[in-house]
Amino acid sequence: MRQYILKRLLLAVPTLIGVSLIVFFMVRLIPGGVVQQIAGDTPVTPEFREQVERDLGLDKPAYEQYFVWLGGVAHGDFGRSLRDRQPIDNRLRNTLPTTLEMALLAIIISLLIAVPVGMISAMRQDSILDYLARTVAIGFLAIPSFWLGTMIIVYASLWFTKATPVPQQYAQIWEDPYANLKFLLFPFGYFVPVGPAVVLGVGLSGTVMRLMRTQMLEVLRQDYVRTAWAKGLRERNVVLRHAVKNALIPVITVVGLQVPIVVGGSVIIESLYNVPGMGQWFFQAVGFRDYTAVQAIALLTAVAVVLSNLAVDVAYAYLDPRIRYS
Amino acid sequence: MQQTAAEVPILAQEPITFERPTGTGSVLHNLWRFCRRKPMGAVGGLIVLVMLFAAVFVDAKVFGSSEPLLAPSGYNEQHIRRAEINQGPSLSHPMGTDELGRDIFSRILYGARISAVIGYSSVAIIVVVSLLLGTFSGYFSGWVDTLTQRVIDVILSIPPIVLLIFSLSVFAGRSGPYVRMFWIIVIVGIIVSAQSVRVVRGAAIAVSNNQYIDAAKTIGASNARIILRHILPNVVPVAIVLATVNLGTAILAEAAISFLGYGIPPPFPSWGGMLNLSGSSQFRAEPLQALWPGLAIALSVFGFNMLGDALRDVLDPRLRGSR
Repeated sequence: MRQYILKRLLLAVPTLIGVSLIVFFMVRLIPGGVVQQIAGDTPVTPEFREQVERDLGLDKPAYEQYFVWLGGVAHGDFGRSLRDRQPIDNRLRNTLPTTLEMALLAIIISLLIAVPVGMISAMRQDSILDYLARTVAIGFLAIPSFWLGTMIIVYASLWFTKATPVPQQYAQIWEDPYANLKFLLFPFGYFVPVGPAVVLGVGLSGTVMRLMRTQMLEVLRQDYVRTAWAKGLRERNVVLRHAVKNALIPVITVVGLQVPIVVGGSVIIESLYNVPGMGQWFFQAVGFRDYTAVQAIALLTAVAVVLSNLAVDVAYAYLDPRIRYS
Repeated sequence: MQQTAAEVPILAQEPITFERPTGTGSVLHNLWRFCRRKPMGAVGGLIVLVMLFAAVFVDAKVFGSSEPLLAPSGYNEQHIRRAEINQGPSLSHPMGTDELGRDIFSRILYGARISAVIGYSSVAIIVVVSLLLGTFSGYFSGWVDTLTQRVIDVILSIPPIVLLIFSLSVFAGRSGPYVRMFWIIVIVGIIVSAQSVRVVRGAAIAVSNNQYIDAAKTIGASNARIILRHILPNVVPVAIVLATVNLGTAILAEAAISFLGYGIPPPFPSWGGMLNLSGSSQFRAEPLQALWPGLAIALSVFGFNMLGDALRDVLDPRLRGSR
């Protein structure tokens, strides 16, 4: 197992180098570079361009910049933002936990919705309940999260006469857990959980719900479930102790594979709900051509995706003893 | 005792008749069977047809009339009398008018055209790329496979939305709406292909392990013949299902990117663009205006997903439950 993990980590290195190359050189190709952004509406004189580029270290050849940057990253230093000249690490310390927490909450919420519904849907296959659950699941897949978010914000401000929270109201969970959870889950009042994490979670739950249902259907047809019924066990025991446990294994895989979707969704949802996280930062940074910020965020998300894929495979082998990696 | 091939018909006294296997009938009959067995899929198919009809015939003029058949107004036609701005739904404007006095119903119909063009074109790319790369990568395991898979690893480890924002600002940063549309099609096509190649590759590997492939190799069939005659026909059902579901994915991607302001620019009536991030104060005053475009997106994606689900059950039971 240890060998397998090592091998996978080694395989991740070329992937991450590929990502860093793409990100690094593509961000420099965006028309209207950072110098233009700093100058604003005033025309850029050659002297001004030269000075700014020297200040930001952009006067060196691109490949040299790349290796300087990569060397810094290897030491955990992502450089300084081109926008406010602050170290990227400082801002990461505030935005990374926010996005991570929101993603985690969203995944938990999606499981809380999807697992019971998928379970019941499979237990009562082809009943009205089942059809309803399946339609809802496909509906959740089809409803764009940015529309759901827009509608919630619009109607919340109509019905509860409350505006969207501003980033100043946000506090990290270790500073003020109450304000933090209120912002992410209940921004418009208690009893209406329609915060950014919830919208993100609902968007994820459709896929999980469908998988949970098909897995349950498959497990319920297995011999050991029939044996459990034959022993005269109650339905609760058959389902919870024999079926659900095994049906959940592939669900975990899919949850891990949803990490890129959660991260991408956070770009949209954070911009919509004004959450001061990495997604919103990325959106602003692309607009400003803040090369270092874009590079750092894109690389970190790629690391998150690669690690979560690995974690899924390891968890899979751990949970299902039939699976062995060689 | 051995029989030669020529003897067989003589031994069979009666003319050989084949009974038509159940399930093969006229196209109409098959369609009827599909609708009866998969009602949800049929509903999905109907939604897909309605959207396609709107996209194709939105400005068609019939019987020499000067007015288009479907859309009451042009997508950018303003009704500028004060009373016609920000109207609620009425007989003349079924979904009301927006802040510039444009008929929202007409804009939604024209939006179907944008979504359909982007959806169907990028799916054409997805089908071609995933069939080509998927079968090659699955059949010739080796450096071709390794190389493709590593490239796909890189694409898949960047979240799709992030990659879209990124590449659109590089390739179409200053382009007009039509060039932008082209790039959206290409980029959405490539990103979604990355996932589809994996699925087709898996199917191709499964087919390659069958005995009839070994048999074909033994009798000296060329690689090209094996791929064209044996692998491709078995992989095509997978591609059909992927195409249907990915149509929904592509429409969602375009909507999301236009919502963020990197997609089709105004005044073109992209559904995502009509919901644009900057319009939230407008929607707070007129919430119904945010309802219609979202409904159009959700309904069409819902249709493609339902149809794709039903097709998957009919065409390829092995895929049931994936995604």
